[in-house]
Amino acid sequence: MNQPVNPADIHKAIVEQQKIQDRKKLMVNGVLLLLLLAAPFVMYPVFLMKILCFALFAVAFNLLFGFTGLLSFGHAAFLATGGYTTGYLLSNFSGLTTEMGIIAGTAMATLLGLAFALLSIRRQGIYFAMVTLALAQLVFFFFVQSEFTGGEDGMHGIPRGELFGLINLEDNLNMYYFVLVVFIACYLLVQRIVGSPYGQILKAIKQNEPRAVSLGYNVDRYKILAFVISAALAGLAGSMKSVVFQLASLNDAHWHMSGEVILMTLVGGMGTLLGPVVGATFVVNIEYLLSQGPLRDWVDPILGGTFVLTVLAFRSGIVGEIQKFIKKNLG
Amino acid sequence: MINMKKSFLAMILSAVIVSDAQAEISDDIVKIGYLADMSGTYRDLVGPNGLAALEMAVDDFGGKVGMADIQIVSADDRNSPDVASSTVRRWLENEDVDMVAGFVASSVSLAAIEVIKENNKLGIVSGSIASSITNEHCSPNHIHYVYDTYPLAVGTARAVVEEGGESWFILTVDYSGGHELEAAVSSVVEASGGEVIKTLRHPFPTPDFSSFILQAQASGADVVALANTGADAINAINTAGEFGLTQSGQKLAALLLFLTEVHSLGVETAQGIQLTTGWYWDMNPEARAWADRFFEKTGVRPTMVHAGIYSSTIHYLNAVEATGSDDSQIVRTQMINTPINDMFATNGRIRQDGRMVYDMYLAQVKTPEESQGEWDLYKIVRTIPAEEAFRPLSNSVCPLVTDNR
Repeated sequence: MNQPVNPADIHKAIVEQQKIQDRKKLMVNGVLLLLLLAAPFVMYPVFLMKILCFALFAVAFNLLFGFTGLLSFGHAAFLATGGYTTGYLLSNFSGLTTEMGIIAGTAMATLLGLAFALLSIRRQGIYFAMVTLALAQLVFFFFVQSEFTGGEDGMHGIPRGELFGLINLEDNLNMYYFVLVVFIACYLLVQRIVGSPYGQILKAIKQNEPRAVSLGYNVDRYKILAFVISAALAGLAGSMKSVVFQLASLNDAHWHMSGEVILMTLVGGMGTLLGPVVGATFVVNIEYLLSQGPLRDWVDPILGGTFVLTVLAFRSGIVGEIQKFIKKNLG
Repeated sequence: MINMKKSFLAMILSAVIVSDAQAEISDDIVKIGYLADMSGTYRDLVGPNGLAALEMAVDDFGGKVGMADIQIVSADDRNSPDVASSTVRRWLENEDVDMVAGFVASSVSLAAIEVIKENNKLGIVSGSIASSITNEHCSPNHIHYVYDTYPLAVGTARAVVEEGGESWFILTVDYSGGHELEAAVSSVVEASGGEVIKTLRHPFPTPDFSSFILQAQASGADVVALANTGADAINAINTAGEFGLTQSGQKLAALLLFLTEVHSLGVETAQGIQLTTGWYWDMNPEARAWADRFFEKTGVRPTMVHAGIYSSTIHYLNAVEATGSDDSQIVRTQMINTPINDMFATNGRIRQDGRMVYDMYLAQVKTPEESQGEWDLYKIVRTIPAEEAFRPLSNSVCPLVTDNR
């Protein structure tokens, strides 16, 4: 009865399966995209932009933490460097168009990321986290003391200006779609990185670094590159944030911010692509909703409790748990 | 040329305002937003009790101005400029809020007033300290009500020198706000005939002040001034208390210290400290009567910020009632044209730059023997008249002032 199985058929079946999966993914992404495009007509655009900026920040952090296994406790430094650089340039040089300011901010954060990476990459685990924290504190003190940042008052009234000198960003809708485009581009970039051979090596490093070394990979170089990309994207998030809110403040540089991004990533689902986005949405919404209601004295304890609960009971975060559930029950 | 451009702009702007502003209350509701730190460092200074003060003012109006209802919305700014600017933006753009009150952290206020200006609404800043709010950041859309660095630092410095404190040692927190304060104090001390022997900077934040306080003691200065705030000031005062700084004959002047902080320090530690305050709950019968009402509602004695929130809201609602409008420019003009004399202020008036000026007081923290109760903390040493207390308009860089000069 056994008919010989044709290898070509198996291949065909696999390809078919892959196609169905791809189509499903495409549909999900398409629906998400439509939702994001329609969102500003239902919700308040500035609030959505805030979520997108923090989501990008968390995505950047997750590239390093979730996919490479490096816990940086100093990512606030990149967010703030991007924000302050963009804010300073746009406020003081009226000839600059908005995107040039944002590019400059991102570049500055990238350079800082390189410096951080070179200094900290040789240490592992808690030592790595502490070195990044210490470096970020240095950056914090620099911003506190500098004249141009306005110290603890912050930098205010940053002009949104015009994109490419053409599109008026003072309009919230224009601004929103610009932020959305940048966010999607960065998200796709991270998706591409994670799926590429380079991303596979990062995952290998995360799972077992000595094995990656023994396979002949120059682990340090891969880690430095991951760190720099992550810093650049975090800087980009900060740059956009300063343009959206028209301000840059010390909160962005404070180590609380480094902690918050860890919270966002863990709650959403570390090591998943969509996780940090969901986590950022969750945290920003919780903060907003609670601060309006009778529970406003309890924002920090509630966020802390969520964190503890996530770490103890739902270690793979919101997205991770849902993925597990789908795998288990729906096949 | 620039001036011409500016005046032309002003012409257009005033034309827009005049044509836009009709004497009526939009959608028959006067909506007040209250934004303050409800859960963090400044919770006691302003926080939920500031909202209680605001509610008291609205209740005194019976919840209505003329035919229009008064509504209050409130939010926690979490001391974050981002949160503040997005909350205020949403209030003004989507929820038709007419006036925003409260405000503590200066970064929060500076962020919010940008948004308020953009939307041509009105903001009344009560809790913030930055004097730049009505100087380089002044706008026709906000008022700064209770205090700022200028009267607190400069008022204290001048008064203390006149009381005989001639040589000064200044301990400054090492960031731009501290440096600004230090410079302001030094220039006033020298102008009043005193001398600054030494200035010392400490990092932000500092938990251990012993070496700084020892240096202050060794300097032999008459006055040790603390140009820092919050936890740093409290730590420094505690350390000074342990080292017996005031008992050994030196004066301790805190430049930014509030009733709630003195309350938590206790008179034992804080005794003898001189500070400037705009209001003290036990300073006259009207203040005491209001403070008793406040105490009934909240269980604590009000700070000057709480009293300022009440007073400014009453002043605002009076202006709305008198003009029958909730347009920011009409109401602000009315508020400027009406002097303020109530349980909070004597000789109060709002200047063109938005600064409310009134008589301030130099107070001294009582000794344990003098203090009759938990909240019996200050004795008023002298009055600092309004003209002396605040930054004179001749030194202002506010465009609203300089353009008319």
